[in-house]
Amino acid sequence: MARIDVKKTYKLYIGGAFPRSESGRSYVVNDAKGNLMANAAQASRKDARDAVIAARHAFGGWSSKTAYNRSQVVYRIAEVLEGRRDQFVAELRASEGVTAAKANAAVDAAIDRLVWYAGWADKITQVVSSANPVAGPYFNISSSEPTGVVAVVAPSGPLLGLVSVIAPIIVTGNTCVVIASEEHPLTSITLGEVMATSDLPGGVVNMLTGSVAEIAPWLASHMDVNGIDLTGVTDADLATSLEVAAADNLKRVRRAPEAPIDWMATPGIDRLTDWLETKTVWHPIGI
Amino acid sequence: MASAGVFDDVTSSESSLRRFLHGLPGVDQVGAEARAASLGTRSIKTTAKNFAIDLAIRMVDLTTLEGADTHGKVRALASKAMHPDPADPTCPMTAAVCVYPDMVATAKATLGSSGVNVAAVATAFPSGRAALDIKLADTRDAVEAGADEIDMVIDRGAFLSGRYLEVYDEIVAVKEACGPAHLKIIFETGELQTYDNVRRASWLGMMAGGHFIKTSTGKVQPAATLPVTMIMLEAVRDFREQTGQMVGVKPAGGIKTTKDAIKYLVMVNEVAGPDWLDPDWFRFGASTLLNDLLMQRTKMVTGRYSGPDYFTLD
Amino acid sequence: MVKVPEKATPFFEYAPAPESRAIVDIKASYGLFIDGEFVDGHGKSFKTISPSTEEVLAEIAEADDSDVDLAVKAARRAHSRVWGRMPGSERAKYLYRIARIIQERGRELAVLESIDNGKPIKESRDVDIPVVAAHFFYYAGWADKLGHAGLGADPKSLGVAGQIIPWNFPLLMLAWKIAPALAAGNTVVLKPAETTPLTALLFAEICQQADLPPGVVNIVTGAGATGQAIVAHADVDKVAFTGSTDVGKAIARAVAGTKKKVTLELGGKAANIVFDDAPIDQAVEGIVNGIFFNQGHVCCAGSRLLVQESVADEVLERLKRRMSTLRVGDPLDKNTDIGAINSAEQLAKIRELSAIGEAEGGERWSPPCDLPKNGFWFPPTLFTGVTQAHRIAREEIFGPVLSVITFRTPKEAVEKANNTPFGLSAGVWTDKGSRILWMANQLRAGVVWANTFNKFDPTSPFGGYKESGYGREGGLPGLAAYLKGTD
Repeated sequence: MARIDVKKTYKLYIGGAFPRSESGRSYVVNDAKGNLMANAAQASRKDARDAVIAARHAFGGWSSKTAYNRSQVVYRIAEVLEGRRDQFVAELRASEGVTAAKANAAVDAAIDRLVWYAGWADKITQVVSSANPVAGPYFNISSSEPTGVVAVVAPSGPLLGLVSVIAPIIVTGNTCVVIASEEHPLTSITLGEVMATSDLPGGVVNMLTGSVAEIAPWLASHMDVNGIDLTGVTDADLATSLEVAAADNLKRVRRAPEAPIDWMATPGIDRLTDWLETKTVWHPIGI
Repeated sequence: MASAGVFDDVTSSESSLRRFLHGLPGVDQVGAEARAASLGTRSIKTTAKNFAIDLAIRMVDLTTLEGADTHGKVRALASKAMHPDPADPTCPMTAAVCVYPDMVATAKATLGSSGVNVAAVATAFPSGRAALDIKLADTRDAVEAGADEIDMVIDRGAFLSGRYLEVYDEIVAVKEACGPAHLKIIFETGELQTYDNVRRASWLGMMAGGHFIKTSTGKVQPAATLPVTMIMLEAVRDFREQTGQMVGVKPAGGIKTTKDAIKYLVMVNEVAGPDWLDPDWFRFGASTLLNDLLMQRTKMVTGRYSGPDYFTLD
Repeated sequence: MVKVPEKATPFFEYAPAPESRAIVDIKASYGLFIDGEFVDGHGKSFKTISPSTEEVLAEIAEADDSDVDLAVKAARRAHSRVWGRMPGSERAKYLYRIARIIQERGRELAVLESIDNGKPIKESRDVDIPVVAAHFFYYAGWADKLGHAGLGADPKSLGVAGQIIPWNFPLLMLAWKIAPALAAGNTVVLKPAETTPLTALLFAEICQQADLPPGVVNIVTGAGATGQAIVAHADVDKVAFTGSTDVGKAIARAVAGTKKKVTLELGGKAANIVFDDAPIDQAVEGIVNGIFFNQGHVCCAGSRLLVQESVADEVLERLKRRMSTLRVGDPLDKNTDIGAINSAEQLAKIRELSAIGEAEGGERWSPPCDLPKNGFWFPPTLFTGVTQAHRIAREEIFGPVLSVITFRTPKEAVEKANNTPFGLSAGVWTDKGSRILWMANQLRAGVVWANTFNKFDPTSPFGGYKESGYGREGGLPGLAAYLKGTD
């Protein structure tokens, strides 16, 4: 008799732990052929609230780590992902129904994307900061700092797209609450497992699976969230309403893309600078 | 005797004095200079200008401190101090004439009981590089010759190497040698360089019992500046806050125009307060300033601009 | 060192030193500046008054939707036909020309600003107008160097910028908006504040003197509705706003779902933090400059004084003494330190919040000062006994009112400073270098002034965290806010 395999329970990833939804709800996630892959946790507004608390809690420590350290942590995620690539290839093939070659290419690109962003941690500040030659006896420096807690509606690209939106947020010192692709949520939790074993402090990345339309408005209007990335929002009305809600505390908003994004292309630095604030410090020069 | 025992603890040892002076609040150069410059933008017109010009004349220590000084030159200067504008009897006298000790008797003879004081620079002015007994003898000579005020220099070498108690003791000794004469203490702020040092020197001088603290000898650049004077005005203000006693301030050197003098008076008014707007508490150490004040005074009276040929060169 | 004098010294009373009004020529009425010409609006008109005398200065056209549409169309034409195609080196020369004319007419602009806004002439003369000219000079030089802005070899302008500015620094805010927009190749429709339109209209004349092509700069006067029309106009590519957080939020909602880019520079409740080792006299100056500069009508004003308990009494005593030398009165008098409150409405708000401060148990203090009978005036005021819970410690008063709060440790100072939805600016006063840098790191604010306050420069980016808005003005970020990359 064939061995009964042990199936994985996909839960949420909040504050470094993997809890079920407080609501007790789950929803069926099918593979590309329509067969059951798993029941994903269906996060509630209270899960979103808890995730924001975890992200805020993690922000102080994460943002004050050295850029060198953040760089190594994100690089470590790439290392661990590399080690578990077969699992991701299998998951991508099942959920998206793509060929092995395509799934492999996506995993390769996701790992490389992490490495690319890891390198930015201690460079982006140099690229966007300045010494300002003010007309007076003052030392004047503008440098970048992370915005804070960023809510993300992840794109449907279950791994590469997800990594491409999360990496720039965290490598700059922000923390985030991610609503995974509703259609392909499972990879995000598996990625959470990678993160949880990659020296990434709990709470820096929090993954919610469930209904974007249900959860996103709570994050968009949350007064302790500083920014919102609408990359994965495909419904224009929802995008508009989220942007309206985001104005309640003047969140920085990255709008949904106007055209489909080619995730395989090398990104610009805009996903880094979107979540950076410029701080200008003045001091007199004298004896 | 210093300031009535208030600072006996402070001046009891080198270390306590150092602790006290280094515990004074720091001075931010840029901020201090910006504040001084901002006070310099006050616009003093009409009646206020009349008031300021006459007050400034009354505050002048009309000075000659040249190797080439002669009795004739000092007599001429003293006459000018009593009658700055011979054509206008309403013009006030200056506060004092300021000369080297060997010229004190000559100045005193000319000034008599006019009310114009004789100030003498003593203590091996301007460098201060002499033994203490020579400085004290220099001081006593000047006082015996009739000096009402002694302008001493501090030992900047000792100050800059942190030997504050030595500087303090020397001031106390010179003050004793002054007898009834008032003591002005010259810091030579151009050599002290930092405003922190100017503030420390001010407190040191006040604690040692100086009647006036004075910026400069006029022999070192920069001499008096608005910000340096402001730091000293803040010091005398704070000293009164703490002890109830007033100390005067004398910027000297480089103040040449009425416009400059008025900036100083505005600063006195707004930083130390109106109590200091009196020759007893504020002086200008100057020579050419007086003629410019007279020229502006004439302009205010006659309504037309005057020229240098109408005022005496002494 | 002798006893304190008993006789009262004669008081050094500064005689009035009024700057001449003759240099400005205020017309009875002003139209809108659209497509290079002054034109009549289609809407109503309103009066602009001098806040120091309540004298009516001029009748101002109130642009309605159709006027705004004409202005946007003119800007669009100018962008697509002239300005957007012009070599940067040529745009630069126009901006340099404008900078020079501003310097040449500096005194006139300063006097007009003080009359219409109520700010002291020494501020408009020594701060506002020189910095306006500096902004045009700075951004003029960028116009032909956009390829070095870090946005690719050939970044493009956004198109038409709709710009709405406040009344506290009327011409300076205009410069912050127009100079970078034009340097980057955009054309603009700018609305000055309802209570301070005159220098913007004089600026329109300066554009004419500079032969700036028609439509590159359009000035539409009006109130909130005019501003809304600009924000809502479908053909506006970029909205730049400086003003209240409430209006900023409304703008953020209004542009939701559009492609419009937005920069918002909004309110603040800055902490000015004084440690016990601060250079105390400069700190007192910094406190005074932080809250009483421009009557406290400054978004980055240091309206919360956080002072370490060990020096609180000494700092307060010195602060009160210093406040007693502040001269409140005629904005055109060169010796005035604090001018008029900009409007009756603003005065009412300051009075209301101050009354609340008292009702909530704050102890209110102002130096004795005679306020003029006519016009809108409020004395420099401080509140002690204030805690973080008081409304005056949380809400932006936008007036010469300082709340004094104490702290014991650096961590407590940071917690209290950051405990606000705003994040525009902060001040730190201490002689300890490493503490300055630690504080600068911890403070969640876009501008940190250490051992100084309220300093501005065209090269230095300015803007806030959190509800103080987003985007930066000044420096390279200020330019980039009007460009799109090509990569």
